[in-house]
Amino acid sequence: MLNGGRTGPAPLNAGAPTAPAFRRRLPLVEWAVFGTFAVLPFLLADFLTVFASRLMILALLAISFDLVYGFAGIMSFGQALFFGAAGYSVALLARDLGVSSVLVVLPAALGVGLALSWLVSSFLLLGRHPPSVTFVALGTLTAAFAAEELARSWYYLGGQNGIPGVPPLTLGHFEFSDLAFYYLVFALFAAVYLLCRALVRSQFGLALAGIRDQEQRLGFFGYRVDTFKTIVFTIAGAIAGLAGGLYAYHEGFVWPSMMGVVLSTQIVLYCLFGGVGTLIGAVLGVIAIESATYALSEQLPTIWPVVLGVILLVVILFRPTGLIGLVVSERERTGDFGRPGSVAPRGAPSDAA
Amino acid sequence: MLLEASGVGKSFGQLRALDGVDLAVSADEIHGLIGPNGSGKSTLLKCIAGAERPSQGRVLFAGRDITALPPSERARAGMSIKFQITSVMPALSVYDNVLLALQAHDRLRDLLTSRTRRGLDTQITEMLAAFRLDRRAAALAGELSHGEQQWLEIAMALATAPRLLLLDEPTAGMSLEERRVTGTLLRPIKARCAIVIVEHDLDFIRDICDVLTVLDQGRVIASGSVAEIQANASVQEVYLTRV
Repeated sequence: MLNGGRTGPAPLNAGAPTAPAFRRRLPLVEWAVFGTFAVLPFLLADFLTVFASRLMILALLAISFDLVYGFAGIMSFGQALFFGAAGYSVALLARDLGVSSVLVVLPAALGVGLALSWLVSSFLLLGRHPPSVTFVALGTLTAAFAAEELARSWYYLGGQNGIPGVPPLTLGHFEFSDLAFYYLVFALFAAVYLLCRALVRSQFGLALAGIRDQEQRLGFFGYRVDTFKTIVFTIAGAIAGLAGGLYAYHEGFVWPSMMGVVLSTQIVLYCLFGGVGTLIGAVLGVIAIESATYALSEQLPTIWPVVLGVILLVVILFRPTGLIGLVVSERERTGDFGRPGSVAPRGAPSDAA
Repeated sequence: MLLEASGVGKSFGQLRALDGVDLAVSADEIHGLIGPNGSGKSTLLKCIAGAERPSQGRVLFAGRDITALPPSERARAGMSIKFQITSVMPALSVYDNVLLALQAHDRLRDLLTSRTRRGLDTQITEMLAAFRLDRRAAALAGELSHGEQQWLEIAMALATAPRLLLLDEPTAGMSLEERRVTGTLLRPIKARCAIVIVEHDLDFIRDICDVLTVLDQGRVIASGSVAEIQANASVQEVYLTRV
């Protein structure tokens, strides 16, 4: 394996580009999605604008799952717990205290999601021994199930019926109409997306990628892995909480299954269908599944759930990278955290001498 | 002494993998651990690094008892390990693998704001050049040859500027030429930190180590300079009858 006069082994593809070039397509997909959402109210009927608001709220929820599973490898079946708990909290604020100001509601929803997810993570992730994927999955699943049952049986929370009559969101004397609410959701959706994008492409995101791929190895570098996992789980919980608060105002009421196992599983499917580990894949998953359900459930009321189930199975079994995998290469999905070009520009041999 | 393991024992059920092992490593030596298969070399290394908790005995590092510390705290105290099985991040670029190791002790706030990324570039460039991986910086770690992956792992283990580097069979699976180069790459490291190497290749270990400890069936049967070990009758017997 000698390399001419040099004593080291010859690099593979010596003199050739150091990495397969990959086209950056993710930004195009992101621009397409956000550009479409930005102009959608001008193109759609009012009732479809309301539906599009719902898509963006569910996309926030899906992003929260992608953050924990797609980027940190934490299988959480409990994102609906933070979503539902925040939804109930803002509904109670409106019902019992008459508070519907966006300045209170949104921080409250974020805070509930954050506090609850921190509590759950301190039980599940900060134990003496590193928790297994199964332990965390079952732990979050159990928490979501217990919360749903609690809401179902607690009279104060409205029992089976939940809490109806959540009023429109306000800012002073301004009441958020459908269109204003749409753009409020859009602004939050875009802001959260950009923040998450910055987070997962940061050095912190690199540590998450390491945890996802070789969790135990990272401890031997000195990473306090549990702390990283707790932080990302808590951030994701806060996002799910924000989505839950918005959803309560979008729907006008909250109900027990908002925080249950079925919705938690649905979030997992959104992300697997759209593709995990890119953020925008989770958004695409929500758009695809919810739009198809909206369009076809009336024409195929009885067999639609079966058709949807089969499509999901086919994608998950034969296209594990999800819809986004049709557009974006695996190399781009992982991306670069540092700047290889500054070390070895592609096609420019560094030791030509 | 930088590292002092005393009376270290480790049992896996009925199997006694280590039985009262003592090991002392000074700050400026390359210390080799040799012995037949199953003699407890890798287990001892894991007990030192925190991958296994000793059933008995204790491990002192720079005078501090680290026996009960988790691996992350041992790493932060200045210890680093390269396991026998390569565990680079295959889906990340070679550059990012080194960055990942280099930033391990940075503050969370700095990682969240990516404050140190630019400043680490020079260090990463130097490390990759030192391990002959500079041309492969943009490649995925999973695309490297086995030998290159081993070098990347050693570079990553060194990235945290450890005071003690633990290497478990660094030349396993390498060609003769790759082994020779690995020896060349490791020698200068001695000036920066102490090294404990587990190795089967006796020629390699004889060339590079200052001190050798020989294990057999979980016990130390000899320890001393390379010349002393080569002349030791017990060691010769073990290697003649069991290897």
